[in-house]
Amino acid sequence: MPGRIGGATVVLLAAWILGVGASPAAAQGSLNVYCSVQLEWCQTLATEFTRHSGVKVAITNKGSGEVFAQIKAESANPRADVWFGGTGDPHLQAAEEGLTTAYRSPNLAQLHPWAVKQAEQSGYRTVGIYMGALGFSYNTELFKKKGLTPPRCWADLVAPTLKGEVQMANPASSGTAYTALATIVQVMGEAKGFEYLKRLHANVNQYTKSGVAPVKAVARGETLVGISFVHDVVTEMVAGFPVAGVTPCEGTGYEIGSLSVVSGARNPDGARKFVDWALTAPAQSLGARSKQFQVPSNRSAEIPKEAPRLAEIKLIEYDFKKYGSSAERRRLLDKWDKEVNALPR
Amino acid sequence: MLALSALAVLAPVLLAAEVLARRGHLRGDRFAAASLLIIVVLVAVFVFLPLTRVLTAAVQGPDGTLNVGALWPRLTAEKIWTLACLSSARRCGVAWNTLALALLTASGTTLLGLAAALLVTRTALPLRRLARLLTVLPVITPPFVIGLAIILICGRSGVVNALLESWLGIPPTRWIYGWPGLLLAQLFAFTPIAFLVLVGVVESVSPTLEEAGQTLGGGPAHVLGTVSLPLMAPGLANAFLVGFVESIADFGNPLVLGGSFNVLATEVYFALVGAQYDQGRAAALAMVLLAFALGAFLVQQRVLGGRAYTSVTGKGDAGIPLALPRALVRTLQAVAIPWLAFTVAIYGMALAGGFVAVWGRDHTLTLQHFVKAFGVEWSAGGLLWTGGAWNSFWNTVRLSATAAPLSAAVGLLTAYLLHRTRFAGRRAFEFGTLLSFALPGTVIGIAYVLAFNTPPIELTGTGAIIVICLVFRNMPVGVRGGLASLEQIDRSLDEASLTLGAGGATTARRILLPLCKQALVGALVYGFVRSVTTVSAVIFLVSGDTDMATTYIIGRVVNGDYGVAIAYSAVLIALMVAVIVTIQRVVGVRAVGARAAESAP
Repeated sequence: MPGRIGGATVVLLAAWILGVGASPAAAQGSLNVYCSVQLEWCQTLATEFTRHSGVKVAITNKGSGEVFAQIKAESANPRADVWFGGTGDPHLQAAEEGLTTAYRSPNLAQLHPWAVKQAEQSGYRTVGIYMGALGFSYNTELFKKKGLTPPRCWADLVAPTLKGEVQMANPASSGTAYTALATIVQVMGEAKGFEYLKRLHANVNQYTKSGVAPVKAVARGETLVGISFVHDVVTEMVAGFPVAGVTPCEGTGYEIGSLSVVSGARNPDGARKFVDWALTAPAQSLGARSKQFQVPSNRSAEIPKEAPRLAEIKLIEYDFKKYGSSAERRRLLDKWDKEVNALPR
Repeated sequence: MLALSALAVLAPVLLAAEVLARRGHLRGDRFAAASLLIIVVLVAVFVFLPLTRVLTAAVQGPDGTLNVGALWPRLTAEKIWTLACLSSARRCGVAWNTLALALLTASGTTLLGLAAALLVTRTALPLRRLARLLTVLPVITPPFVIGLAIILICGRSGVVNALLESWLGIPPTRWIYGWPGLLLAQLFAFTPIAFLVLVGVVESVSPTLEEAGQTLGGGPAHVLGTVSLPLMAPGLANAFLVGFVESIADFGNPLVLGGSFNVLATEVYFALVGAQYDQGRAAALAMVLLAFALGAFLVQQRVLGGRAYTSVTGKGDAGIPLALPRALVRTLQAVAIPWLAFTVAIYGMALAGGFVAVWGRDHTLTLQHFVKAFGVEWSAGGLLWTGGAWNSFWNTVRLSATAAPLSAAVGLLTAYLLHRTRFAGRRAFEFGTLLSFALPGTVIGIAYVLAFNTPPIELTGTGAIIVICLVFRNMPVGVRGGLASLEQIDRSLDEASLTLGAGGATTARRILLPLCKQALVGALVYGFVRSVTTVSAVIFLVSGDTDMATTYIIGRVVNGDYGVAIAYSAVLIALMVAVIVTIQRVVGVRAVGARAAESAP
């Protein structure tokens, strides 16, 4: 009968609500993983770990900034056991605030020195699982059309020919762009670095909010050049877009994707088992299967053939301890906002 | 479990209501007293408590200790309030950006919404049903899809620029990134909400009053300006308020199209989850945002204050709705038709993305995205749901279908209490119901995690927390729509019913509810649609078991996997159209004894 809400409907609704209320976060004995890499990678990790250990895994897929905010908000009664992936800075921040707990995996010995260093610097509260170098991407079709030579160095990005054609993310919102800011300061020194950023400001058409936005804009021809991680460029290339990646000749910084165990985890044994497994070579080869091209931290993990060759990249001695600390980060971001971002273009 | 604890809270509340009614408050009406107390308790627990939790961060130092001195510099930061853009090429404060954009958006959506409402209800517009559907499409579209489609059409490598370059030699520009593009996207996204609020209001304007105006010698334009429009004032003010608040709380569009133009909603988000990790700053920015919402609310109260807008009375209404002046009809068509054409273009563009291999690059037709998301296979054991999207899809359906009737019920009941009863602190209560709507979803999400992660109310990780969040976030639309409708219904109807011996509950159910059907449909539709498309509020509330469609879609968009994101969006749009049609069928239309014109002009 139209126009009447029948008693049956009400009962049905009530049943539904109660059903909704009763569904718990995760069954006992399973492992709650907050996962900050691409969804397919997360899902493959979950299935493979269950196959390996018999522990059921519940994946929650979120960006690293969001996971950090969530773990912080939940700290009185933590919900997550493990936090997998995402750039290192929020992991270091979480370690600094005691949101994550120390664990020395026996498998640390199988890792590259940079990953072990990440663990040492955080008091073993986090460990590196992959590395991605910073660089730029450019649109090959548009460069050909305009008859320009592609940039090779940081210095090329401030050329007058690229006025209004460079895109980078806003370092206050994006971890990628903060890595770029810290890299430039470390490559050129703070005074010269900020002079450079001011000149770059004139060539930047917009500071995007998300770190992957510039490379996507390059792929679709919305801008000529974007500053981003080079493995993200490979992802666009593989999807069929006319982009190419460059790592700057003066040297460049990098991120260390990290893995942490949450303080007060409900399944600490499962969490440690997961860390041990995630550091092994077979587990680290799963990223490439999901078309993600970071460099794994296990020395014997297979490196995808599309991945940027570390040997061809001039990496700087990036100081994660200094530039990952909240005081230094706040100072640099404030300075960048006042002295660079506030300038007219 | 949950039901039992709810009952334990409910019993004393009902007892208190009984006492209140016995002592003669609220005209001794037990129904009104009980409803009022229940809603007050609910709003206190699910709106004020979480907000207080998150806003206290504004008076805390980075390490969580109390630091009241930090509040002032955070609130008055130059970055928020500078007016430098007026006198130089430097940027203006984020507060002014937000305010200017919100005023433009609210004015634009109210005007466009009114145009659409007049066209749909008062003219014999060809394709009226289609127009009605098209106006609703932007509301039911998951976030980001519109922004991306606008980029593909108006972006630097978009269709429009490509044509301009090849025909007129105009070099491609990036005007779409920044406030012009943002305004366009917001007009596009929020006009339908203004339409939903206004269509009920336009239909409720009494034809008798308009006829009286004409009998007294007024021409159509004169009657429209002096009778019809003034009677719509509450609706217009409500539509403006909703547009304003939607604009300042919008997060998806500024993220995709904002460029370097910053608004408060994105600033709050990135203060919270960006490279700064500064909860104090986020809380201070959220306070500025709330102050704007409060300001808009107060202005609206002052504008409407104390006038009468009643047009549905107990007397039979036999008038014929006013025919619109011809010049006005042409103007309305000139505005509405290009807008509808643009809608079609955007949706054509967006939906095409679900059927091609790589959107914007490789346009080979394919169904692979649908298979990836919604694949189903027959096997020996029966049906296998192989698509990756099924889990989040069923979750979304279940949680949204639970949240929509609840938010409509809470919203309309609140509107009834606000309008038909008198109690101390009514204005403050009304504003309280708006609070959770005005804040960006991210802030609400974090607030819910902070407030409901530990006993006595431990809800994180369940579906219930998502439902509750959606109910209280979406109830303001029910409140606004209900208020606009009740404003037009004469109190003599209630009084007649009460005199005949019916109680408050019976009067509300038998007299007012049927006359508020339009508002009920609006609240149900909007409650469902917002629950399905909301993203920022639920991002912190979903867990592995309660994943939602939008969080799944965002994951795809972030990875540039637009094909699956769009295929999923298309399925959601189809779902919502089906639900809207069903709701309209089941609830039906209000019949207010007015004749239709014999022959359409």
